[in-house]
Amino acid sequence: MNYIGIDIGSTASKVSVFKDDDLKLNIVMPTGWNSVDTSNKIKEELVKKGIDVEKSKVIATGYGRVSVPYAHKTITEITCHGKGAYYLAQEDLTVIDIGGQDTKIITVEDGNVSNFTMNDKCAAGTGRFMELMANTLNVSIDEMAQMALKGRNINITSMCTVFAESEVISLIGSGANREDIARGVVNSIIGRIKSLLNKHGVKGSLYLTGGLCELEPFIQLLSEEIGSEVKTGPLGRYAGSIGGALLAKNIEI
Amino acid sequence: MGDYKKMWQDPNMDIEKHDILCAALPEQFGDIYLTQKNRPDAMNYFNYVVAEIHGARIMELEKYKKEGGSVVGTFCVFVPDEVILATKAIGVGLCSGSQFWIEDGEKVLPRNICPLVKAFAGAKIGLTCPYFQSCDMIVGETTCDAKKKAWEIMDEYMPVHVMELPQMKREKNIKEWEDEIKIFINRMEELTGNKVTVESLKKGIDVCNRKRRALKRLYDLRKNIPSPISGLDALLVSQVAFSDDPERFIEKTEELCDELEERVKELKPNGKKRIMVTGTPMALPNWKLHSIVEGLNAEIVVEETCTGTRYFENEVSTEGDTIDELVRNMAERYMDINCACFTPNEGRTEDIVKYAEEYNIDGVIYYNLSFCHTYAIEYEKIEKVLKEKDIPLLKIETDYSEEDTGQIKTRVEAFLEMI
Ligand code: SF4
Ligand code: SF4
Repeated sequence: MNYIGIDIGSTASKVSVFKDDDLKLNIVMPTGWNSVDTSNKIKEELVKKGIDVEKSKVIATGYGRVSVPYAHKTITEITCHGKGAYYLAQEDLTVIDIGGQDTKIITVEDGNVSNFTMNDKCAAGTGRFMELMANTLNVSIDEMAQMALKGRNINITSMCTVFAESEVISLIGSGANREDIARGVVNSIIGRIKSLLNKHGVKGSLYLTGGLCELEPFIQLLSEEIGSEVKTGPLGRYAGSIGGALLAKNIEI
Repeated sequence: MGDYKKMWQDPNMDIEKHDILCAALPEQFGDIYLTQKNRPDAMNYFNYVVAEIHGARIMELEKYKKEGGSVVGTFCVFVPDEVILATKAIGVGLCSGSQFWIEDGEKVLPRNICPLVKAFAGAKIGLTCPYFQSCDMIVGETTCDAKKKAWEIMDEYMPVHVMELPQMKREKNIKEWEDEIKIFINRMEELTGNKVTVESLKKGIDVCNRKRRALKRLYDLRKNIPSPISGLDALLVSQVAFSDDPERFIEKTEELCDELEERVKELKPNGKKRIMVTGTPMALPNWKLHSIVEGLNAEIVVEETCTGTRYFENEVSTEGDTIDELVRNMAERYMDINCACFTPNEGRTEDIVKYAEEYNIDGVIYYNLSFCHTYAIEYEKIEKVLKEKDIPLLKIETDYSEEDTGQIKTRVEAFLEMI
């Protein structure tokens, strides 16, 4: 039997497929404008790869979870990320999930979510913020993280994305070192995450999930600033869909 | 709703703008309330009250005023209704639970204060609330800074009487509140021309106590697993309690309870998570959190709020043969309300822990209107105690706008998955 987790995020959609106990397949694609279209595309993609969606158990998660007509159940991304990260790390942990439009801190104890904090209503400290600032600096997110590693921090004082953007523009205008600005941007995101972590409390090791999980320089700076190692892995971005697929095992259809 | 426009040929109403509100309310009510399955029949009365909220009840108030009676508006559960009744006035709790009034409120108040305060100011200065227009006077209190200072602005638009609520609960503070009640009695006597007597005050106390008892009976029924009434419906009853005719309200609520008592006999557990809401008040028509929670696999079975237990817990004793004694009894009862405006306010934590047990709660949602500092700060204390007791807790800070509905839904859903 196949178990499928589909995580329709605000920017990227992720799919993971388990055949019995083995993780067989992971797919990522942009969510685009229409989540229903995306979920249909996912279905086609799965069929192409020889997976009979009709005969599988499917769980949808993420902010577009209600737009997957063939899902048997929806579960929030918080529960799925907790499950998925636990599967990846194989131990109790505190998950830092940096998503496209929100950032979450999730505590996993005995393999289950025991507490969570979400920063919402505001793009500060999210993947979207990274993206916007990289655009303003006219580089990719990867390049910006690389630059940040070499720069010396300039304080970006605004919490609000819109104001932070104009701050960055005027820094560029005043001829400030671009590496320093990049460092300032990355630090401002990390600062936001740090304050969420402080409020929430840390139990076990720290694990990063979401689209930034392969961004080496970012993880390095994050670990430095927090003062303890943040683990992650190439599958970190699939934590939500992996968790969803694992949870699909338990549902009755 | 009937056509009451003529009644509002009153220069004091912005009829056109009010029409927008009148058009939106039934739709919202229909979506949230009338779609619920298997509602108690006795809820029909409360549906009717909402349908006629800007109709029949207003007519009653207008008629009463024509006959020489007075109407006063209140905003907080500390204002002693007993006194209002004893001077033969009608008291109406003014609803300030809609986004509709925020824009007008922000014309005179800063944006970063509690939506409840902005809404009541907006309803008055935008001339879009017929209740406000019916009031001969409003009664404020000094509970929080936002309200305390807003009265000064309201005073430019209509007569305001402000009661100074002490912020601690020592004997000296209870005495201060006694004094405030006496001053309020004088003011009400002046306004209405009716003297408060031992007899009329006792009668007022009796009506208020019976109203409290009816609500308590309703809440006790919700302790059943599953609750025989949805949280949405129970909230509506609490909200209506503030503006309806007290005797009629008591009668209708008792009828509802009779029906629920029958229901309880047949109900079987439904597997829904049992949720307590604690925090700031939900004035009519604020049904936001309840509709989100009950749209998921959960039921709200108790509200530790001013539109919940704080409104009806504890009665005023009728022991005593003088006005002074009765005022003392009232002061004692009111100063026993555990609002976050007091320091310290340990009673509230005790209440929450007690209700969690009595109502068999699976999780608590801390409802905090944006910018209500006293409740926001008190969260810390409550979080600590609930953690010790292993009671799951989720904090939701929000205002009346709809834009964060999706996010709140995700958080509540994740919370339900977790507990
Ligand atoms: S929360 Fe406090 S101030 Fe607000 S209505 Fe209730 S008792 Fe009054
Ligand atoms: S909810 Fe809080 S800020 Fe708003 S009026 Fe009541 S006490 Fe004041």
